[in-house]
Amino acid sequence: MALNRDFVGRAYTAPAPYEVSRVKIKEFAAAIGDTNPIYSDRDAAAAAGHPDVIAPPTFPIVFSLAGADEALSDPEFGLNFAMVVHGEQRFEYQRPIYAGDQLICTSTITEIRSVGRNEFLTVRSDVSTPEGELVCRTYNTIVERGGAA
Amino acid sequence: MAATVKYDEVTAGQEIPAVEYPVHRVNLVMYAGASGDFNPIHWNERFAKSVGLPDVIAHGMFTMAQGGRFVTDWAGDPAAVVDYGVRFSSMVVVPDDDNGAVITVSGVIEEKLEDKRVVVVLTARSGDSRVLSKARAVVQLS
Repeated sequence: MALNRDFVGRAYTAPAPYEVSRVKIKEFAAAIGDTNPIYSDRDAAAAAGHPDVIAPPTFPIVFSLAGADEALSDPEFGLNFAMVVHGEQRFEYQRPIYAGDQLICTSTITEIRSVGRNEFLTVRSDVSTPEGELVCRTYNTIVERGGAA
Repeated sequence: MAATVKYDEVTAGQEIPAVEYPVHRVNLVMYAGASGDFNPIHWNERFAKSVGLPDVIAHGMFTMAQGGRFVTDWAGDPAAVVDYGVRFSSMVVVPDDDNGAVITVSGVIEEKLEDKRVVVVLTARSGDSRVLSKARAVVQLS
């Protein structure tokens, strides 16, 4: 089933700020196999000049689609998660993410296109502090295999 | 907070030696838990095959994270990565055996930008497949 194009341009803000914790950064670093102590040890991070443990570059994937989940799981949208694979991903940083950050994520469905039998869906997420400082912007393109057939 | 690599000491075209990152099923289970992506194609062989995949495949983001490790380890500071993007061009198939899979990442400094930044282009392979394409990081050097 084709994805519902009416959703293009819709923006969704996660219901609550995401609170970045040292424990979550440590867990994420362990899961990607990265033993750099800068991700798990506050003293090691401080020694490298950071205010607290820093998040690995791909960490925002943990929370950046939380707002868009509402749209992506809407039956009206027509997305079959069983057929979804990841197409493209990008992170643009204004500054690093640290433990203790409160981050508000607004996700916008920017594009839906058919390529052959597949549907390509792109979501842009703007990640900001509650004070409105843009921290990073992420671009996530997922592919629904067979969705355009 | 600064990269250990100095801008003045690198040249365009310079290669960054390859690093091999092993992947076993347990890594995908850990990644599912840490990332919150519990799509069963990443841990359930029966389900993966039922939707036409050859076997369980790694999360694309797991593969991207290995490319991220490669860049942050080279630069010497995670904060040095100011932009990182990839296209997932092929799947990393992770069999349920003692060997699992291996993701091999290498890089080339493609371009020196202003403000002591460089563009690093990554190549990531698993088996005979190139698993990332258009993999590119902008790195702030010292």
